Amino acid sequence: MNTLTLTEAIENLKNKSFSSVELTNACISRIQNTDSKLNAVITLIKEQAIENAEKSDVKRSKGIDLPLLGIPYVLKDNFSTQNIRTTASSNVLANFIPPYNATVVQKLEDAGAILIGKTNLDAWAHGSSTETSDFGPTKNPWNVGYLPGGSSGGSAASIAANQAIFAIGSETAGSIRQPASWCGVVGLKPTYGRVSRFGVVAMASSLDSPGPLTKTVKDAALVLKVIAGHDPKDATSSPLLVPDYANNLQNKKKMTIGVSEDYFNSVDSQVANAVYKAIEEFEKKGMLIKKIKLFDPKYAISDYTIIQRAEVSSNLARYDGIRYGNGRDMFGEEAKRRIMLGTFTLSSGYYDAYYNKAVKVRTEIINDFNKAFSEVDAIVAPTAPTAALPLGATKENSMFGELADVLVEPSSIAGLSGINVTCGFTSLGLPIGMQIIGPQFKEEVVLQLAHLFEQNTLFHKQQAKL
Amino acid sequence: MKYLPVIGLEVHVELKTKSKMFCGCSTQYFGKAPNSQTCAVCLGMPGGLPVPNKKAIEWCILIGIALNGKIALHSKFDRKNYFYPDLAKGYQISQYDMPFAKNGYLILQNGKKIRIRRVHMEEDTGKLMHEKINGESVSLIDFNRSGVPLVEIVTEPDFENAEEVKEYLQALQQIVRYLEVSDANMERGEMRLEPNISLTVKKGVLPPYKVEVKNINSFKFVEKAINFEIKRQEILLSDGITPPQETRGWNETKNETILQRVKEEANDYRYFPEPDIPPIQLTNEIIEKLTKFIPELPNIKAKRFKSSYDLSSYDIEILTRDKNTADFFDKAVLDGKSFSVTPKQIANYIINKKPDIEKSVPSEIIKTILSSSKSNTIDEQKLTSVIEKVLQENKNAINDYKNGKTNVIMYLLGQVLRLYDEKIDPKLVKENLEKYLNNN
Repeated sequence: MNTLTLTEAIENLKNKSFSSVELTNACISRIQNTDSKLNAVITLIKEQAIENAEKSDVKRSKGIDLPLLGIPYVLKDNFSTQNIRTTASSNVLANFIPPYNATVVQKLEDAGAILIGKTNLDAWAHGSSTETSDFGPTKNPWNVGYLPGGSSGGSAASIAANQAIFAIGSETAGSIRQPASWCGVVGLKPTYGRVSRFGVVAMASSLDSPGPLTKTVKDAALVLKVIAGHDPKDATSSPLLVPDYANNLQNKKKMTIGVSEDYFNSVDSQVANAVYKAIEEFEKKGMLIKKIKLFDPKYAISDYTIIQRAEVSSNLARYDGIRYGNGRDMFGEEAKRRIMLGTFTLSSGYYDAYYNKAVKVRTEIINDFNKAFSEVDAIVAPTAPTAALPLGATKENSMFGELADVLVEPSSIAGLSGINVTCGFTSLGLPIGMQIIGPQFKEEVVLQLAHLFEQNTLFHKQQAKL
Repeated sequence: MKYLPVIGLEVHVELKTKSKMFCGCSTQYFGKAPNSQTCAVCLGMPGGLPVPNKKAIEWCILIGIALNGKIALHSKFDRKNYFYPDLAKGYQISQYDMPFAKNGYLILQNGKKIRIRRVHMEEDTGKLMHEKINGESVSLIDFNRSGVPLVEIVTEPDFENAEEVKEYLQALQQIVRYLEVSDANMERGEMRLEPNISLTVKKGVLPPYKVEVKNINSFKFVEKAINFEIKRQEILLSDGITPPQETRGWNETKNETILQRVKEEANDYRYFPEPDIPPIQLTNEIIEKLTKFIPELPNIKAKRFKSSYDLSSYDIEILTRDKNTADFFDKAVLDGKSFSVTPKQIANYIINKKPDIEKSVPSEIIKTILSSSKSNTIDEQKLTSVIEKVLQENKNAINDYKNGKTNVIMYLLGQVLRLYDEKIDPKLVKENLEKYLNNN
């Protein structure tokens, strides 16, 4: 039951093939049986979840239907949950129980979804490995000697291990797509402003984008529909109407896909080959492939690093040791490094040389993508330069995250929409991910292309053997 | 004095919007239980996001327009980063390089222009309370005030003495009250004053130091603090000492400013654009629309009262002090017109009798004036003829008066009142009599 996709689970619940209680129990058992190996879930929500599942079964028996009624899901632990501790995987917040729900959480609750666990992440979402979590690293279900990626590594691993029907993560630059790629699941990074940030522990406020991690593209479309939309509590959320993504997955026109060679430089050859093959697949299906020239993604690293660290240094100031029980000495090495760097780049005398310049470069990157999107509908590239790396790879490498995320940082800086889908496996049997980048608020386009690819390949059918 | 004071002012005005600047909590924190008017946003909890209060922004712009400022079509909020226990987020949302209004001014009675550098919007902080609980000294934080909209109005260092400062502050307080955007009640901290004072040897030359006096809560104390500082700095300078750059506070009991902290270098607040709030774009149409909400301001009203009603500046000052009184007066003048009740009569009545204008209506005031003035109306011709008649009949009395027996006037007054045979103000009769006696 727990291996079902969201689409299948909804179908079965509607047909009453099984109840939400049975489905929820199956997922919880799976977490209990596998998580000692994975450490994907840091807070298991058992009693309350079963109670909610019972309630949703009652609702269904009364003929009430909601988009996600009775569906168990897991949530990255940087989303505030009322009366359930929310740690951001940092000891600073180890005992913090919010009195409010993040808007995403509220929307999911209103849509009938059942929260069964809160997943591990790099502390404060600072990282691309989930190895910097104060609650220990999460391991990759395809090979527990490997990293799941991050920062939504717990959510990605949890879905790859079929611990839940879908998961929620958040991406600042790569934190959904990169772990989705390493764990072989679908990860959708919506346009900045498409999904409310209210209640999400802020990392870099001008970049943070919550989004789904799922087993199929259609599942991602279903979840996005529920969580997207304007939120009066988030001034940066977009008032644009939310389309019905799942009913709009078939592309109605021939699309042009852009490919930029710079996104294949210094990429592992197995990864590059798999993505090239995927591009051929698109061509076979009648898509037009067009060579484009984007800025070398390496420029995005420093630009992203400066903007993100600056915002981090300010966003973490509220944890001043007066409230939340724990002081600033509880910050881990990575958070401390980021606070120091961000504080430095905002200091008088350095502001113009760093932050201000980075803002200007950001505009150039946005313009570069705008130019590309005047010629192509979407851009295809590898999600990460390599497949999953072994545990411990982040040690002694403070820029690990930025290097692992080099291929997703430009589109994150530009606030674009993007998705990861699995397009192959390495000789070691680790998943390889391809990303499809679309313009702002063109989630339909990336979903359509990802769906087209998924419909014509079998990579998503492969399961991690735990 | 061989030194010239150079004084600038920073004034914080709390707006009386219903809700706070960035969340839906009530701004009515006064007298409420600590931390009862708070939420995830104004407590700076994880994931709390600021959503700007449209009304507060409009009101800030109104203040900017009323102070003759240039309104920015493009502005934004910034984060001012610093640690203080009453600052929930570790930064204050304020405006740095793009305030809502710039380059305004206010003109004093003597015609001097006080330039206003900027008018910007920010949020208030919480409040620290230092108390003893079970014999232990503790510091407590009340976040009820956290996030209350605050407008900061900064002048150029254009003041030369405490009197100018006081006049400016009274005018500013009057303006925000006329706009009905703040009660500007000083005791409640709705208007907070921070003068910076230094002395120069030559007009136009800024001294190499500046002393700030923080958080003064009355006009009287501002005056005292400035005068105290001028003396204190004068003594130092006369001894060849440049007063250090520092922040001082006003001590009401000692009647002196006391050192709070020495500013060795400027604070680095690491300002950067607030990423949680998109930049704010205005159009000329919006500004024009807002301008229409600006009522006739005190200085313009005063000019009109002078030109239309020919009132004394003393009367005008009292009548325009608050908008309600001025409006009441205007209405009463209109109502009085058809009864030939003059603006001066109405002004006198309002100033002397101090009717409760909250409870009375202008037309009632007119009725009262009419009924009381009936008996007091003097028929000048009749009075003149009566006086002439009495004087004719009492030539001896006139001679006595001229020879210094001035109290004979009381006898003459009695005669006039008897002959006049109507109720009349004796004081007026006496004045007239005196005039006659002195002229003849």
